[in-house]
Amino acid sequence: MLDSVIFLLASTLAAATPLLFAAVGEAVVEKTGVLNLSIEGMMAIGAATGFVVATLSGSYVQGFAMAAIASALLSAVFAGLVLTFLANQVAAGLAIGILGLGLSVLIGKEFEGTTIIPLQDLDLGTLSELPFIGPVLFSHDVMVYVGMATVIVCWWVLSHTRLGLIIRAVGESPSAAATIGYPVLLIRLLAIVFGGAMAGLGGAYLTLAYTPLWAEGLVAGRGWIVVALVVFGMWRPLRIAIGAYLFGAVSLLELFIQGQGYAIPSQLMSAMPYIITITVLAVISRNPRLIRLNHPASLGQTYNKSA
Amino acid sequence: MNSLLQLRGISKIYPAVVANDRIDLDIAPGEIHAILGENGAGKSTLMKLIYGVSQPDEGNITWQGKPVVIKSPAQARNLGIGMVFQHFSLFESLSVAQNISLAVKGSIKHLSEQVEAVGEEFGLPLSADTLVHSLSVGERQRVEIIRCLLQQPKLLIMDEPTSVLPPQGVQQLFNTLRKLRDTGCSILYISHKLEEIRQLCDKATILRSGKVVATARPGEHSNEELAHLMIGRTIAPPEHAPAEPASEQALSVTQLAYEPDDPFGTRLKDINLQVYPGEIVGIAGVSGNGQNELMRLISGEEMLTKQDTGDIFIGSQKSNTLTATQRRTLGLGFVPEERLGRGAVPDLSLSFNGLLTAYRHGLTRFGMIRHKKVRAFADECIAQNDVRCGGNQSVAASLSGGNLQKFIVGREIALAPSLFVLSQPTWGLDVGAASNIRKALLQLRDNGAAILVVSEELEELFEISDRLHVIYDGYLSPSLNARSATATQIGRWMTGEFSNAGEVA
Amino acid sequence: MPYRLVARTEPSLRAQLLVPLAAILLTLLAGSLLFTLLGKNALDAFYAFFIEPLTTRYGIGEVLLKMGPLLLIAQGLAIGFRARVWNIGAEGQLLVGAIAAGALALHFESSDSVWLLPAMICAGTLAGAAWAGIAAWLRTSCNANEILVTFMLSSIALQLLYYLVSGPLRDPMGMSFPQSALFGDAAMFAPLMDNTRVNTSLLLALIASLVAWIFVQRSMPGFKLLVGGQAPEAARYAGFAQKRAVWIGLLIGGAAAGMAGVGEVAGPLGLLQRSISPGYGFAAIIVAFLGGLHPIGIVFAAFFMALIYVGGDMSLVSVGLPNSSTTIFQGMLLVFYLACFLFAHHRLQRIEIKR
Repeated sequence: MLDSVIFLLASTLAAATPLLFAAVGEAVVEKTGVLNLSIEGMMAIGAATGFVVATLSGSYVQGFAMAAIASALLSAVFAGLVLTFLANQVAAGLAIGILGLGLSVLIGKEFEGTTIIPLQDLDLGTLSELPFIGPVLFSHDVMVYVGMATVIVCWWVLSHTRLGLIIRAVGESPSAAATIGYPVLLIRLLAIVFGGAMAGLGGAYLTLAYTPLWAEGLVAGRGWIVVALVVFGMWRPLRIAIGAYLFGAVSLLELFIQGQGYAIPSQLMSAMPYIITITVLAVISRNPRLIRLNHPASLGQTYNKSA
Repeated sequence: MNSLLQLRGISKIYPAVVANDRIDLDIAPGEIHAILGENGAGKSTLMKLIYGVSQPDEGNITWQGKPVVIKSPAQARNLGIGMVFQHFSLFESLSVAQNISLAVKGSIKHLSEQVEAVGEEFGLPLSADTLVHSLSVGERQRVEIIRCLLQQPKLLIMDEPTSVLPPQGVQQLFNTLRKLRDTGCSILYISHKLEEIRQLCDKATILRSGKVVATARPGEHSNEELAHLMIGRTIAPPEHAPAEPASEQALSVTQLAYEPDDPFGTRLKDINLQVYPGEIVGIAGVSGNGQNELMRLISGEEMLTKQDTGDIFIGSQKSNTLTATQRRTLGLGFVPEERLGRGAVPDLSLSFNGLLTAYRHGLTRFGMIRHKKVRAFADECIAQNDVRCGGNQSVAASLSGGNLQKFIVGREIALAPSLFVLSQPTWGLDVGAASNIRKALLQLRDNGAAILVVSEELEELFEISDRLHVIYDGYLSPSLNARSATATQIGRWMTGEFSNAGEVA
Repeated sequence: MPYRLVARTEPSLRAQLLVPLAAILLTLLAGSLLFTLLGKNALDAFYAFFIEPLTTRYGIGEVLLKMGPLLLIAQGLAIGFRARVWNIGAEGQLLVGAIAAGALALHFESSDSVWLLPAMICAGTLAGAAWAGIAAWLRTSCNANEILVTFMLSSIALQLLYYLVSGPLRDPMGMSFPQSALFGDAAMFAPLMDNTRVNTSLLLALIASLVAWIFVQRSMPGFKLLVGGQAPEAARYAGFAQKRAVWIGLLIGGAAAGMAGVGEVAGPLGLLQRSISPGYGFAAIIVAFLGGLHPIGIVFAAFFMALIYVGGDMSLVSVGLPNSSTTIFQGMLLVFYLACFLFAHHRLQRIEIKR
């Protein structure tokens, strides 16, 4: 029993890591007032690119780097649509999401169904050998810790630095920020590209460490759960991280429950993440004041510099 | 004399208008220089060019003797130009110090100290760690001014600064500006209020239709002379016969206390208000004191909930939870403060914007739109109210603010309201258009309608109202007879000094 | 900068027609670049993709067959989109509609009543609307974002279908294949053209288009939805109920998608199985935009999208294009459409100084 609890907790960190990267990236994007719904497609591009590059080069570093670059490029197209062509952010997010899914299949065409040796767990010496805590916290691959570090850095930047102040200002009122003299479009572009790169890393983590294989449709709705996580986390990185870990745990309950021998239809278990997300979303959103106090005021609105 | 700032032949062209036409302007160091002109004369455009928000299509700017091209506000600030906008560029969810740090270098702690020091020096008290959303409009203006002062500007531009201040606040502001001038800073003061300019400014450049029509020393001219220069003709205030109100109230708000959903909104406390057919009741007050909330409750855009107390009657009908549509069938007409996006749909044609509130008046049949009638209704509103536009298919966003307001007011009047409620009816309009709207309101009153007007322009309220209330921090004052009330008294009330006033008209 | 972008004072019909055409043209150009990069002859690929399907009776039939559900769903979604109610879960609403109709057909397997098919249509439509109604309820009562909820609901619907076809609704004679028994003849739409798979459900889509046109262009409720989407504050001011707009927007989309689901199972499929729709619910989102959210434009857009579907299948075989081409084309179409759409409401104006 203890073994399976340790396994469950340890796996939670791994299951949450792709969500963590993408959600923290999306939180930064949304903090500047831009809603990017194309996470699913960007994670898919990252997953495929990372897998293909790592397989061909044998280098995980190159795999993750190229995944981040590929997704960032795709997100730059999104940025072009919403910033330059003033496109509706919802529609543009859907368009880029679909394009990303299609391109990911094309990129991974020759590698469909192949596997890769997963990213190695770090050996942290005595830390890894600690009872309980060792296997749960200190026996993971490096990206699990990079993910945690990213959360902390984003939290620190958003709440304790001048850059964070600027990001929040642009998200609250782009026109006022422009009046003071901040390059609103440039700031939003950089945030979108950062969010894209993070989604790419999250996607690559799926194929290079978590599954570890490439198959069409492997992201399986995680990109949308990421968007919900940002709402759940009230646009605060630390809260988002808690949400991601909780969600990771819930998504693993399937294995756990089946291991205990309960006869629950597998389809119900597959649907469970979505059912839980909807429920949590409904409960969180019930409080309009809470949302209003936290959500970037210009979120989703087209900003026209000349008007 | 060496000019601090010199403009020569500055023009700015927009699709429909030449907003600035070959403007020349000279500002000396240490002077308060007024840019005088009515709404739409091109004042704001000119300021944006000087502050680098937009760039002129032709002409030259010289700053301290050197030719410059001001590409951005940041560059303007580096040159030593600061600007206080009419619509503040502040962020509600950030603190005063954080707001200031977005424009001024330095740590939050250091800035906080400076905010309080400069505030002390110039009579602008502020606490640096307050969140901006909890500040009054006047306090927000202080934040803007201090933000400029911390950058030690050589030129400070102020765009219609007094529209957000009660009369005493205006005097305080003038004292601050004079102190600032005495330190050698020049001030460019934009306004259409003649009396203020005569009091404060050393020199005035008068704009009309985008052109400089005169430069003058305002102290040496009368209000009438300046008005004539500004408008180019004389407009008489409307005839205003005493009201003959009926005895059955058209609108009655009793002991209303209301908590808005919006965490940044103003709570209403114990509001009592009656409007009778045949009179115009005005509500004065600095914006942000609960006007918006009260208007939404009367219009039905917001409804009272269980946690609120008090009643709203339209005619004899209790209306606390009636929808906006139900209230309209009771004879309510309403013109909101925001024209684009609330009073009209920006991307829809004027035809459809007529349909927006007039659809119950024969423009539909069995739920189907009668397009011919809709266009005819829009044409009528356009013709009756001298709306300048490209026709009934023009989208609302393509009209100037004044013309759109004429259309909206015309549309509501065409529906023959028995109770007509307006918020800032002439805000941003030129003098002629404003005067026409005021005349139309008096006409409607004489035909027996009950009218409620919320405005920040005291002069306007005195011109058309029969009775006056003042709103402050969610409290509504008792009413005064507008003919016997004085601006001083209303001004005092605007800072809340009516709690034990007993006078009721 | 001799030009600047200015908003149009009146919407231009010409620009509105040119925008989707330009988007299609740009997609073709980008597509040919992509095909060339993949080492294919771009002309051959295009022929296979866009011309070949229209050269045979069977091909035309397939295009019309796929046009039906796309058209129906897109008309429904467009009404919601005009009100800025973002239903992106039509795929799930389609599945639930198919399940409801299928369950009815299987329950009355041996019936030959002429009322069976109409009853299935009603059941599917209502089920689709009810599925979307969950999102409407969560949005109006809990303020939950309908984009996320509709998407999640469509994933849940898929699992529901998987469960039913491998359990309660599985064909007992079907050797544990995850599919239901075949429907009876009374549960099927009649063929519309000989030697093709087109059936009378296409007529439903055309009728729905006519109704949508009347609703959108002529009716007051349609106008209220439009105002609610473009300027929520103005809708509030005019007294148009916001919650009702959310309900109508989602229910109409759900109903249309549910009806399309009936058309699939009672048309080309004739049974319930794990795969019912090749992503019609998502493709219809693109159709709705490409058609300018206008009922007439959507008819043309649906035809073009159906062509992409059929062309994608055919070129897979004849030229060896990857099967993801269809998705990539769909994505590019919407990307280019959104870029071009700027010019539907703006135009480039030469800056001239004249007085």
